[in-house]
Amino acid sequence: MAAIELKGLTKVYPGGVKALDSLDLSIPDGEFFALLGPSGCGKTTLLRTIAGLETATGGNVVIGDRDVTGVQPGGRDIAMVFQDYALFPHMDVTENISYPLRIKKVAKAQRQAKAGEVGARLGLEQLMDRRPGQLSGGQQQRVALARVMATQAKAFLFDEPLSNLDARLRLEARTFLKKLQRELGVTTVFVTHDQAEALAMADRMAVMEAGHIRQIGTPSEVFQRPANTFVASFIGSTPMNLLDAVVRGDTLEVAGCEVPVPALAAGLLTDGEKIVYGVRPEYMTYTDEPADGSLSGEVIIVENLGASHLVTLEVAGVLVQAVVPEGREPALGDRGHAVPRGDRALAYRDGELVSA
Amino acid sequence: MAPVTSPPDPAKVTDPPPGRYSSDAAGLGRLRAGAFVAPALALIAVFLVFPALWVIYLGLMNYRLTGLAAADPKFVGLDNFLQAISDPGFWDSTWLTFQFVLGSAVIGQVLLGFTIAWMLRDWRGPLKRIVEGLVILAWILPSAVVSFLWVALLDRDSGTLNALLGIEGFAWLLDHPMLSIIIFNTWRGTAFSMMLYGAALGNVPPSHLESARLAGASGWQQLRDVVFPHIRGHILTNLLLISLWTFNDFSPFLLTAGGPDGKSEVLAVHVYKTALQSGDLGYGAAISTVILLINLVVAVFYLRLLRSKR
Repeated sequence: MAAIELKGLTKVYPGGVKALDSLDLSIPDGEFFALLGPSGCGKTTLLRTIAGLETATGGNVVIGDRDVTGVQPGGRDIAMVFQDYALFPHMDVTENISYPLRIKKVAKAQRQAKAGEVGARLGLEQLMDRRPGQLSGGQQQRVALARVMATQAKAFLFDEPLSNLDARLRLEARTFLKKLQRELGVTTVFVTHDQAEALAMADRMAVMEAGHIRQIGTPSEVFQRPANTFVASFIGSTPMNLLDAVVRGDTLEVAGCEVPVPALAAGLLTDGEKIVYGVRPEYMTYTDEPADGSLSGEVIIVENLGASHLVTLEVAGVLVQAVVPEGREPALGDRGHAVPRGDRALAYRDGELVSA
Repeated sequence: MAPVTSPPDPAKVTDPPPGRYSSDAAGLGRLRAGAFVAPALALIAVFLVFPALWVIYLGLMNYRLTGLAAADPKFVGLDNFLQAISDPGFWDSTWLTFQFVLGSAVIGQVLLGFTIAWMLRDWRGPLKRIVEGLVILAWILPSAVVSFLWVALLDRDSGTLNALLGIEGFAWLLDHPMLSIIIFNTWRGTAFSMMLYGAALGNVPPSHLESARLAGASGWQQLRDVVFPHIRGHILTNLLLISLWTFNDFSPFLLTAGGPDGKSEVLAVHVYKTALQSGDLGYGAAISTVILLINLVVAVFYLRLLRSKR
């Protein structure tokens, strides 16, 4: 078990594409850490550079107390679960799980015992003699996890560990993975493009864009206070309302309506300044009656989210969304009023969050 | 209970009527379908089936190229076959052919072809294309041309190789005829194996190699545990094809003419000498039939390996 420290990590591919641009990141011992971002943001490159599968162009990777920047993948004392699990099709489950031990020249009886022990822990007892081709996707994933656990590596790396599972299984595997990581207490870094997955599983997460880390924080911090408009629009299952606004004393003028200045930005805005006002649809209260500090407009779309509805209002030509609990959803064409929660509303100046 | 709101599918699939044409996807009927494949069948019959049967027929006669037996061949039963398997010359040729196949195909072409493919897998750009181009050139040039080039290369007095090595007067083709044709055939046929393994290596999932690397596997361990199991089918297919091709290859004749003193007389050359140079057509046909049987055994051996799991 060990902390992971990245210092000024840079990766430039031949041809000049800068996949990682001088990244600094420290992941403490035992943390479940998510790398999140759209495709092409460099998150997988970052994971592979930690693993040693890509060589860093500049900077250092430190695992535990050891600088492993120039060390081969096999010498870094880490284990990785690949997106396609990378199970060897010609080996049965026992052989697959014990493969890293075989390379380390552990005696056969000993490594089979270890494989049996780890396999049993993940509920694979009945499947130990099968080949990967005879296993379901979920079972294959557990074999890949077992192989990683059997190594007793200092840190685990997961590359999109859930993306090959179907939607239903993915939710179960999410809970299972989080529980397993907690029990093992091994520092784990995983890559995902699914913000819901990162929010649900990670202790802390980094949101990446074009080779840069745009925000590091706990899921709550990242969800409630996105550091910039990129993170704000990337995180959340319903997109955040990001509206142009002008500061008018203690209030903001947004789409012809007046709303209070967000609590976080109180006293930090100058009169007449142009900013972007951000508030999540979940943090809007919808009413039929006119209310102070509300955004008022015509209901043009109602989307069913299951236990709630996503209502889209057209406010002076601008679309504003609010989440409404079930049973309270308005009809199309109604005039509605959405009141933002003052403590959850945010102000962005030049794309960056305004806060003390 | 809520009513089912999705309407049932009105377009019921109509099953084809059971009977004669139930497996007839194109709806042509047996006669017309037969007419379409008839030209191909006729060509196969004329150029493959008939000659094969004719060889067996010849093998049972005392047919000769010239003389009385050419005008009036007699049925001799299995005499030709018995003569072949009791002739030490035949077994010498079989042994030489075995050496030729093992040395130039199984070891030479496969090893060299795989090594080049493995080395080239990460290369990009003109250097890769030059190496590939040179290897493929050896494969596509006509036999007569490359044989002449190799004769010029290996010539005793004014050969290029001897000039380079400074050992003029060393007679490669006379003193080491088998080694010469083995190296010649390795050079000539490597391209096929190289291209086949090049394609096969592209099918090995990178994540499997990386997984082995993360476990700390060495280059050889990666080959043993990841690459070979993945391309096992390709290896066996490759071995099957080049074994048979090499077994029946006639181009050694162009280099050494089977000599000196039959020291490089592989079976294909042996048949040619017997049937066409000595004119013993019936006996040559019998040897050809035996070669066909050996080929069948080799093919069955590989195909069984290919079919067996693991």
